[in-house]
Amino acid sequence: MKSLFLGSLFFSNDKTANVVLFSLIALIVLVPLCNAIFPSASALHFSAYTVSLLGKYLTFALLGLSLDLVWGYCGILALGHGAFFALGGYSMGMYLMRQIGERGVYGDPVLPDFMVFLDWKELPWYWYGFDQFWFALPMVFLAPGVLAFVFGWLAFRSRVTGVYLSIITQALTYALMLAFFRNEMGFGGNNGLTDFKDILGFNIQSEAVRVALFMISGLALIGAFLLSRWISCTKLGRVVTAVRDHEARVRFLGYRVEMFKLWIFVFAAMLAGLAGALYVPQVGIINPSEFSPLNSLEIVVWVAIGGRGTLYGAIIGAMLVNYGKTVLTGLLPEIWLFTLGATFVLVTVFMPNGLAGLLLKKREEMHT
Amino acid sequence: MKADSFKWRMSLLALLMLCVRPGIALDESTAETAESQEVSEQQAETVLDPFADALARLISGSMKEREQASEQLSVTGHPEALPVLEALLDGRLYALRDKQTAVIATESGQGYRIAEASTGADLGLIERSDLSKVNITNSLRTKLRKKISLLQLQSDDASVRLSAVNAMVKTADAKTLELLKEYESTESDEDVLSSMRLIFALNDLQNNDKSVRLDAMDTLKEYNSLEAYNRLSVLVEKDSAGNFIEQDVEVRKKAQSALKKIEARLQFYNSVETMFFGLSLGAVLVLAAIGLAITFGVMGVINMAHGELMMLGAYTTYVMQQIMPNHIGLSVILAIPAAFMISALVGVAIERGIIRFLYGRPLETLLATFGISLFLQQTVRSIFSPLNRSVTTPEWMSGSWQINDFLSLTWNRFYIVLFCLLVFAALLQILKKTRLGLEVRAVAQNRNMAKAMGIPTARVDAMTFGLGSGIAGVAGVALSQITNVGPNLGQSYIVDSFMVVVFGGVGNLWGTLVAGFSLGIANKMLEPHAGAVLAKILVLVFIILFIQKRPRGLFPQKGRAAEA
Repeated sequence: MKSLFLGSLFFSNDKTANVVLFSLIALIVLVPLCNAIFPSASALHFSAYTVSLLGKYLTFALLGLSLDLVWGYCGILALGHGAFFALGGYSMGMYLMRQIGERGVYGDPVLPDFMVFLDWKELPWYWYGFDQFWFALPMVFLAPGVLAFVFGWLAFRSRVTGVYLSIITQALTYALMLAFFRNEMGFGGNNGLTDFKDILGFNIQSEAVRVALFMISGLALIGAFLLSRWISCTKLGRVVTAVRDHEARVRFLGYRVEMFKLWIFVFAAMLAGLAGALYVPQVGIINPSEFSPLNSLEIVVWVAIGGRGTLYGAIIGAMLVNYGKTVLTGLLPEIWLFTLGATFVLVTVFMPNGLAGLLLKKREEMHT
Repeated sequence: MKADSFKWRMSLLALLMLCVRPGIALDESTAETAESQEVSEQQAETVLDPFADALARLISGSMKEREQASEQLSVTGHPEALPVLEALLDGRLYALRDKQTAVIATESGQGYRIAEASTGADLGLIERSDLSKVNITNSLRTKLRKKISLLQLQSDDASVRLSAVNAMVKTADAKTLELLKEYESTESDEDVLSSMRLIFALNDLQNNDKSVRLDAMDTLKEYNSLEAYNRLSVLVEKDSAGNFIEQDVEVRKKAQSALKKIEARLQFYNSVETMFFGLSLGAVLVLAAIGLAITFGVMGVINMAHGELMMLGAYTTYVMQQIMPNHIGLSVILAIPAAFMISALVGVAIERGIIRFLYGRPLETLLATFGISLFLQQTVRSIFSPLNRSVTTPEWMSGSWQINDFLSLTWNRFYIVLFCLLVFAALLQILKKTRLGLEVRAVAQNRNMAKAMGIPTARVDAMTFGLGSGIAGVAGVALSQITNVGPNLGQSYIVDSFMVVVFGGVGNLWGTLVAGFSLGIANKMLEPHAGAVLAKILVLVFIILFIQKRPRGLFPQKGRAAEA
């Protein structure tokens, strides 16, 4: 019985999902393995840069996955999902900032550099505790979770739906961006948080830490994927999907629609926060531009291109789009926005179900 | 406009000169302007020497000689003396390379447009390198100001005299006072007289006689003058030891009450100014949102490329100015229909090419139009470079309307409010009175029924979208006058304009108008207390909370249309 359960956890009826899942597992095993076996000069040895880049894609995939839960399964097109990602990132950034200690430019044991620069005398109260990892870690989930809870509680209860909800989520992230740009907020203003040195006592620049972060990102993604898939099979998941398809009917059946929505919204926000927290140490900076409405829209594109409502589609989409972005912005920076814009239009008009939908259709044709 | 007033002033000065000069009997009441000018030209030749001499010394001589020359110029009574001195003060007086001819130069696009200083005749465009500036020292600058004011006091134009007197308020000394007293008896203009009395009262404040001082305060408290306010505040200040600088208690008390009176008015004018700023910000918001109100409100299409359509309008203005660099004002006016056409055409293309395949799927439309917005942004970036382009503001839109010391309203904001109201009225009329408007409303209310009645809904959709986009282009023209024209212009307005539409209530143009203005005013009222950024955040948070309370905005649609 137990083995059956595990089997059903890892294997699904959708072959593509299995392919994606096992490619991910292979990836997080292969990269550290290669680095352990081959010397650093070898072509099969992944450089620290590549490992971080891959790790970044994994966190984006996790972010895309979390949006797919809200948009693909619950039908809420959240245009402010980047805000949760950024909040998780800031929580982690604050921890890393406190770890710098006396090694900052100004050498203040408590205050981060930017506070010394702004001539602050004391640490603001909301920075307390962030020098401890055990405190920062739950904050990674709590900060976005609480925001999502309050916002969702207000919005879903008063039945703000559809484009109205999309627009106010966009307003939310926009307001947060403006707020975080202010120096008075105490989050480093324009420059954000950067110049990190250590994580849990290990040098953040070292290759071993990078590989470890990469692996954790991969494990988090796989874990989140399995958990999300499991949720989608539970009663909660079924009701949420029903809400997407016909909200009023579900309400008439006696379900408290707003509660189901709130649950999934908060859960997705926490996943996004986790993605942000894993993203920051690998990229080495977090600044208010992560809150910009454009970033949140980009997440939507990943999911749209990958195919929403499938979970693995979001992973494929996030990886592909970001890989394309890295390649194109490196080669022809001018072309990137053209490509992104055109992809948007083409995907929405010609592939409403994204790549995942395309693959599914192909397979069905093969069967018949 | 400027040339006109200049000519007018010249002939007036000539007239004045002729009148004070004995030997030329000329009945001023019957003198034709043209005739007097002719006479003055003949006259100019006979008195040419001191003027021409002074002018020559001004551009070639040493600094000391320059000072004497300017002194000499101011007493020649030559009609060109005043413009020359003004140009000298403003640093617009140049000598040509040959060091012979003095010219007044103004920067214009590629080079400098010069006019001969002795006659005012236009000499055309010239390179900067062919000119050498006539420099002045600070002490000469101060003296020049006085001389110019004196010359202006003699002017026949009351507004010139008024500005001359106003310029003296801060700096009046005993000598100027004497002079002003002299002019007071002959002055007939009420405004000029009132300004003169202000100067006298300010002077009386320093009088030894207490009753004179108290009277002066009675006069001063009625004036909206910053100078009066400052001088009165000095009377109630304490020194570092905590003692009042002013010894007399009665004077202090009186000054206090006078200050209170002025402060009350100051506060009033401040709030008027805030309201005005709010209105102008609101006008910008309404302009940005109103096109969206059509596409979003009437058609239910979320057009994320709306901001980029505004950007296209702004760039149209830029291009128009490049086409005709010598007619800045005209180019801005012509840019309005041009921007409308361009944005409307792009809008129709978007609708026909993409959006029509996505009706009934609002979230997909949002994504597709966002893709279009990225595309348009990059197109503009590739054509015009990512840098901001500067659009020149026409002369009649720059500057400000100085109502008094406490209140001045900038013309460009004023015009934007006006423009916004015009666009709104025009749009309302189109929707109410034209066939297109009728069809648009019919389709918005019930698409299928409209179709059954024979309305070509597909064509109406395209036209509606074109109309909304065209309005965005027109808004872009207005925006080009107050903000930088760059590829990111549209992005910074898209969130705001959505907020306005949602706040006002979708499908309701009046709601958009009210929402835009009230958000603008609220924003500006919060700004002094919270700072610009925080004010914006507060407004956003307010809207987010407001939507919870009233999900359909201030003025929700009622009836069957609401359910669609």
